[in-house]
Amino acid sequence: MSLDQSILTADERAELELTALASHPLEEQYANLEQQHETAVLGMWVFLATEVLFFGVLFLGLAAYHIKYPEAFEAGSQKLNWVIGGINTVVLLVSSLTMVLAVHFARLGENRRTCWCLALTAALGCVFLCLKGLEYYLDYRENLIPGWRFDDSEWVQEGLHADQVPHVKLFLLFYWIMTGLHGLHVTIGIGVVVWILVLAAKGRFTPTRYTAVDVTALYWHFVDLVWIVLLPMLYLQGTHTL
Amino acid sequence: MSTATQEPVALLPAPEPRPATYLNVAHGVVSWLLTKDHKRIAILYLITVTAMFFLGGVAISIVRLNLMTPDGGLVSADTYNRLFTMHGVIMVFFFLVPVVPAVLGNFCLPLMIGAKDLAFPRINLASWYLFTIGAAWTLFAMLGNGLDTGWTFYTPYTSQSSHYNVVPALIGIVISGFSSIFTGLNFIVTTHRLRAPGMTWWRLPIFVWTIYATSFIFLLAVPVLAMALILVILERLLHIGVFDPSLGGDPLLFQHLFWFYSHPAVYIMILPGMGIVSEVIPCFARKNLYGYTMVALASFGIACVGFFVWAHHMFVAGISMYAAMVFSILSYLVAVPSAIKVFNWTATLYKGSISFEAPMLYALGFVCLFTAGGLTGLFLAALGMDMHVHDTYFVIAHFHFIMVGGMVMGYMAGLHYWWPKITGKMYSEWWSRMSAIIIFVGFFLTFLPQFLVGYAGMPRRYHRYPAEFQVWNVMSSAGASILAVGYILPLFYLTYSLLYGKPAGPNPWKATGLEWQTPSPPPRDNFETTPEVVRGPYEYHLEKAQNEP
Repeated sequence: MSLDQSILTADERAELELTALASHPLEEQYANLEQQHETAVLGMWVFLATEVLFFGVLFLGLAAYHIKYPEAFEAGSQKLNWVIGGINTVVLLVSSLTMVLAVHFARLGENRRTCWCLALTAALGCVFLCLKGLEYYLDYRENLIPGWRFDDSEWVQEGLHADQVPHVKLFLLFYWIMTGLHGLHVTIGIGVVVWILVLAAKGRFTPTRYTAVDVTALYWHFVDLVWIVLLPMLYLQGTHTL
Repeated sequence: MSTATQEPVALLPAPEPRPATYLNVAHGVVSWLLTKDHKRIAILYLITVTAMFFLGGVAISIVRLNLMTPDGGLVSADTYNRLFTMHGVIMVFFFLVPVVPAVLGNFCLPLMIGAKDLAFPRINLASWYLFTIGAAWTLFAMLGNGLDTGWTFYTPYTSQSSHYNVVPALIGIVISGFSSIFTGLNFIVTTHRLRAPGMTWWRLPIFVWTIYATSFIFLLAVPVLAMALILVILERLLHIGVFDPSLGGDPLLFQHLFWFYSHPAVYIMILPGMGIVSEVIPCFARKNLYGYTMVALASFGIACVGFFVWAHHMFVAGISMYAAMVFSILSYLVAVPSAIKVFNWTATLYKGSISFEAPMLYALGFVCLFTAGGLTGLFLAALGMDMHVHDTYFVIAHFHFIMVGGMVMGYMAGLHYWWPKITGKMYSEWWSRMSAIIIFVGFFLTFLPQFLVGYAGMPRRYHRYPAEFQVWNVMSSAGASILAVGYILPLFYLTYSLLYGKPAGPNPWKATGLEWQTPSPPPRDNFETTPEVVRGPYEYHLEKAQNEP
């Protein structure tokens, strides 16, 4: 990503460069800050490639078993709370917007607005987690936790064969692992956003030096994207009614 | 070229004042445990993986002793299962996978591309900690109650029948998996971003190319294994059928996921060895590497095709016939880039001024054993043949030819080649050559009989066997004892060289790589000034042109 897109004059940029160097030390293995920035961005992209494969196993497993056990998986999907899931999707999408605005304002050097956008992003992340927590609580009430709170007979009453109940458990296991792992990523993301918010409040970022904002945004968008895939795969199988 | 006759080098004059190197820049255990220097981290890895290698070796020594007699009187069948599992798990996950990338790659990659360090030194140190914690954890589980599932962790062995420490052992492997991922990430980013001025892609040494290709496998395959093992752990703890057929799961899915990692992992275990050989052979044949571009691309070819052949481990597991045919053909394809490499190494040797230093002996051993292992791999890629020899000692012999004959030989070649750079000292020439020859002979005696006994039908992983196979097993065990001598010898003469070895000087082999243009051992920042690269990595013919007026 090019760094010279700002609207500043050369002098202004040179001055900013000096202040950036003062507060943003150059690690010894790099020749200059430009190289350091590009290395960090590439590092994050490469890390996200790993993450795709990490989640990919779960997507593959879920898809494969959905094909194998469609009835049980759709019965399980019906029980999930797609309303909260849908609201959470909107929350995450808006948080991605505020994140991208944070990068935009960081590039323009509008530090106050950067801070506000980062704060909003973190807040929306927290809203997501709270709603998710509420949903988990409702799942608990509805006996949707295999291995802990789960009642085979309920599912038989729903019209499933007793042989199919283990497959419902399998679906719910995928639900818990995937949303849990995603929630963990959101939690880490909130931590990082708060951390760069503190840095931004201290005036560490300049129009040419905002590596941390850029890299965090990449991560945040990725976590958002995972949810976009999770939503239909988990919540929207079969026909749903309100 | 003999190192004994080498003149004292100008860069290393009288003992005082001693030049500042990465070894004497700081002292004390803490300075090592908190180091961010890639060279010191490489040494930390060297110590860890060496310990793991000998532990895995002890386990298989007992197995080989047990197999001296057909009724296996030495250990019980249960202990036998735990011993071969321990051997497999330690050797694959804690020795072969990390050994070359994390030790030699860590040390040499920045030096070879003219960088001060890796791109993310803290992550590099964190990888070592993750690796050590994971290794210690798994080791603890295996030494405590044991693990008897085999290193492949097939369900339902892992999900229900095993009564041993499956969960802790798998957790350790998942933890150390993240170490591989971070190492791969670091190497990829470093290769992209930290090359010295003038170090273009087509001037990168082949070792860098292979480490770079290996890193992609780390990055894309290891997370799949990690997640598959996490699912096994959850299945075992919660009794939900992810992979266990009696609970509604599908064991084939586990095999697919496992081999999606573990087959590319085979290339993690051979590509870096190929890289080392591509460094050593031009140096000791004093010739430019033949077909540099093709060798570099072949490394990538192997890494790419290697991702699409995993189901050849599952020909008898009940996959569809058409899938098996496709995977069989794709497996044959891997032979093409591998053969390109072997042809190019032999072409490099052709009309070269060859000298047989220890690294070269190891490298030639690699070419020979890798070729044998690769050719028998073609037998196994053939569907009909694989049905016959599946799960026999033929398979064992085949992959030991690649992994031990290939990778361990390659690692030894690299260790002996870069030892003077790492330590600044020369080891005993005679002993190192002896050890190379002993390993080669011992290896053949150990594993050649296994091809024959496997072809005759002896299955792997059995505690007892029919008496007619005894002669081959005794030969194999005898060979293993020779092999053990060959592996223990370097411990002594390399340690001895640390204390009493002659100073090596910056470039004892008169090699052309960038890593040889700096003192041995290198200073903390690798180069006094950032080097400017003006030529390719194997310009040995220039030296010849200079010498012939």
